This record gives sequence, structure tokens and C-alpha cells, in this order.
Amino acid sequence: MKKEGEIEFIKDGKRVDGRSFDELRNIKIDVGVLKRADGSCYFELGNNKVLAAVYGPREMHPRHAQDAKMAVVKFRYNMAPFSVDDRKRPGPDRRSVEISKVSREALDPVILREYYPKAAIEVYVEILQSDAGTRTAGINAASVALADAGVPMRDLVSSVAVGKVGGEIVLDLNAVEDNYGEADMPIAMIARRNTITALQMDGNLTKDEFEKGLKLAMKACQQIYELQRTALIGRYNKGESAKLKDSGT
Amino acid sequence: MGLEIMDDVRKDFVRNMLSEGDREDGRGFREYREISLKRDIMNKAEGSACVKLGDTEVLVGAKLEVGSPFPDSPTEGVLITNAELVPLASPEFESGPPNEKSIQLARVVDRGIRGSGVIDLGKLCIEEGEKVWILFLDIHVLDNNGNLVDAAALGAIAALQNIRVPNEKYGLTGEETLQVHDTPVAVTMVEIDGTIVVDPTCNEENAATNRLTVISNADGSLSGLQKTGSYGMKEETIVEMVELGIEKAGEIREKFLNVPS
Repeated sequence: MKKEGEIEFIKDGKRVDGRSFDELRNIKIDVGVLKRADGSCYFELGNNKVLAAVYGPREMHPRHAQDAKMAVVKFRYNMAPFSVDDRKRPGPDRRSVEISKVSREALDPVILREYYPKAAIEVYVEILQSDAGTRTAGINAASVALADAGVPMRDLVSSVAVGKVGGEIVLDLNAVEDNYGEADMPIAMIARRNTITALQMDGNLTKDEFEKGLKLAMKACQQIYELQRTALIGRYNKGESAKLKDSGT
Repeated sequence: MGLEIMDDVRKDFVRNMLSEGDREDGRGFREYREISLKRDIMNKAEGSACVKLGDTEVLVGAKLEVGSPFPDSPTEGVLITNAELVPLASPEFESGPPNEKSIQLARVVDRGIRGSGVIDLGKLCIEEGEKVWILFLDIHVLDNNGNLVDAAALGAIAALQNIRVPNEKYGLTGEETLQVHDTPVAVTMVEIDGTIVVDPTCNEENAATNRLTVISNADGSLSGLQKTGSYGMKEETIVEMVELGIEKAGEIREKFLNVPS
């Protein structure tokens, strides 16, 4: 990570964007925003704008990649070329390949894959605007989109990053904190079961800081879970009332 | 596909042994296989190391070339870590462009080195905005019998420790060696039916629900973490693995990396 002595990360107990240490950025969740996809979700986390679409379960191609016992989850994390300050060359790079793998493994545990042997469940995440924390926003969006698609799931997955800036452990790093901070640790978890499904860390943390950060992230995932749940219930209610009207009751 | 039944048999075998307190090679749950480290074995590379972790064998070569810096960091050299899972090393590896496994391997090793500030990239600057050293770390897997990350990470830091800067090749003068500021060590553990096992073999990796790599520095702080696997983990398990990882890293560092420089 880059060293940047000049930036004052913490001032009067607040961060560069005025948040307290354990405060999330604003989150906005819209469910079912795409017509063609079986399920979709638009997710905003501060200045991050992320769209997730789910297709399937449907036939897995190529066939040799099928799993005879359960569905294969395909996850593609992709950044729009205009989503970052310097244009990103289109197509997968090493970073997005790794994020796709980690994100897929974050969602695998909740998907009842054994219901659909040989099938594919495809998750496509597009980062439209990036401001640190895109992988966590992508996992959150994908989880809601999977539920919207009616894919059988044990639970939702919620994700957030914690990090270290100006010597403090803080929640949900923004771009400045991510670029010049001392550590970044994204996690994903099944909030209602306190089960962690993704964990990465880069930068430098002591063991105590790690444990403190993990606790902070786990707590924030509970908050995110509530927002995801509320968004899904909102969508379901809308659908229900429409159906009731159709049947004339 | 046809071998799926054998996969299940092997998984059951590993699980059954663990439930009886045993591992397929007779090791303790928290015991590494025998590690051997040879340095400076490739004379075309500026630094190199060969690590054997039991039957796993990984070769790491470091090359230094003169190139241009990235526009956003004109005063810093560039570190590029790459891993090749060549088909010679395993029946499961195929030739072709890097896949997610090799990319993850390279990126986890890279993260450990960056996180602990092993290399001062500012020292790799030759001429601001124009010329810098590009340091390539190439991980070449020769025999995959499990736990490539730990072998590759150990090879990477060992290769960095014996780098000779090829100044004369580029008509430059400067320091002949590269200062290596820390000794990050990766320790990988798997969770199989709730049991934590260090330094997994291939069969143990396949039988595992989860794998966690913990990279820690000489002062016991962490410089990288990576969870792999399609299952959830409990907080307590992760915390236990992190503690164990730091402890094991200390033992490896003591034995292989604390060389007078």
C-alpha cells in the first residue's frame, strides 16, 4: 500500500468524509430492475453504483464443466471502462478474475446447488461507478439478485470491508482511505448464522486489530442484511398486491 | 468427470483417517511436511529459490529489467508476481492462459510481499518518471502435491533475499543487492469436518471445506489473508487459524529466513 503522510485521516474522531469509525456509507437497494434477467439488483454504496443480474438455473456450457451432483455457479465481476478515474481496459484482468472467484465462493454456501445437477446459475456483476468496496457491493447485489431470481437459498449473504487508516480500525473504506490506508479487509458472511463465507486482507494489521476489524465487519453485515431483507420484502409485497388485483380479490 | 467416484473415495479416506486422529502421511494435525529450501540455483535469474514441501516442489525466479514506471507512481519501481501451473506439475493442470487458480496463487503471494513492505519500491527508481527497475517474481510449479501457496511464498521471499542487481547489463551503477525489509511467511490451513490441519496435501485440499492462508511478518503482524472454498466458517475457527498461522510462520522463519544479510 502507498504511504501518504500528508493526509489527515482522522480529525476530531471523524473520518475524511465525516463518518464515524463504525459508520457505513449510504446504501440504496433496488430489486428487479432488469427485464430480461431472471433476477436483478441495483446496489449503491456511497459513490459505488453496481448492478447484478442472475440467469438460471439453466443448461451449463461447456458441458464438460458440468457437475453431475450440483449446479455450478458462474460469477463474473466486470468493471465498466468509465467506472474509474483512468479508463479501465475492457475485459477481464487478473484482479477481476480473483474477485470473481472469491465472490462466487462467498455465495456458494447459501445456494442450494444440489437441487440442480448439471445446471449453471450465472451471476453477472457490473461495476458502473467505483469508489472502493466494489467487491463487497457486488456480493451484496448478487445475493439480492439471486433471491429475486427465485434461486433456492439457505439465506442471504452480506458483505463489507474494514480497514486501518490513521492507526484506527474503520468500517467500509472510501476511495481515499482504501488507496492510502494501511490495510483493507473485505469479508462476506451469512449474517443470521454468523458464518463467514469470504475473507481477504491486504496491508498490515496486528492480530488484535484483525480481531477487532472482524468483529466490526460482522456487526455491519447484520445492518446490511436488514437492508437487503427490507428491499426484498418491498419487491415481494409489490408483486403480491399486483397479483391480488389481477385475480379480482 | 469419470474419476468423480475416486474423488469421493479419496475424500472419505482423508476424513476417516482424521476422525481417527491420523493423516494420510502420518503427520500431526499441526505439523508441516519436511521443508527444503535451496537458494541461488538458476544463474540466469537475478535471484532464485527452489522449495520442497514434502513432495510439492516450486521454483521461484526473480528477474530485474529496466522499464518505465506507472504514470501514477513515477518514483517507484514495479513488482510483478506471476504464477504458472504448468501441465508437467499435475494431471489437473492444463496449458493455456492463466486460470483463476494460478492468478489467485500469484496475487496472494504478491499481497504478502506488498503488505509487509518487503521491497522499498522507491529504491527501485532509477530516473524519476523515466526509468525504474521492474521486478518480476515468477512462480513455476514443478510438482503439485498440495499447498502451493506456502511453498511459493517461501520461495519468493528467499529469491528476493539473494537478488543481484544487474547494473552492468544496463550500463548503470548502484547497489548490487536489494534490501529485503521483512520476512513474510504464508501458512495455509484447511478445515475438514471441523478439524484444522496445517500444510494440506492434495487429498486434504480436496476433502476440505475451507482453506485459509495467513501471511505474517517477523513482528507477528499480518500482511495477508485469503479464504478459499465454498463453505462458511465460524469466527472462532478463523481466529484460531490466524493464531496458529502466526505461530507456524515463526518456526519457518526461524529455520529458513533468518539469514545474516
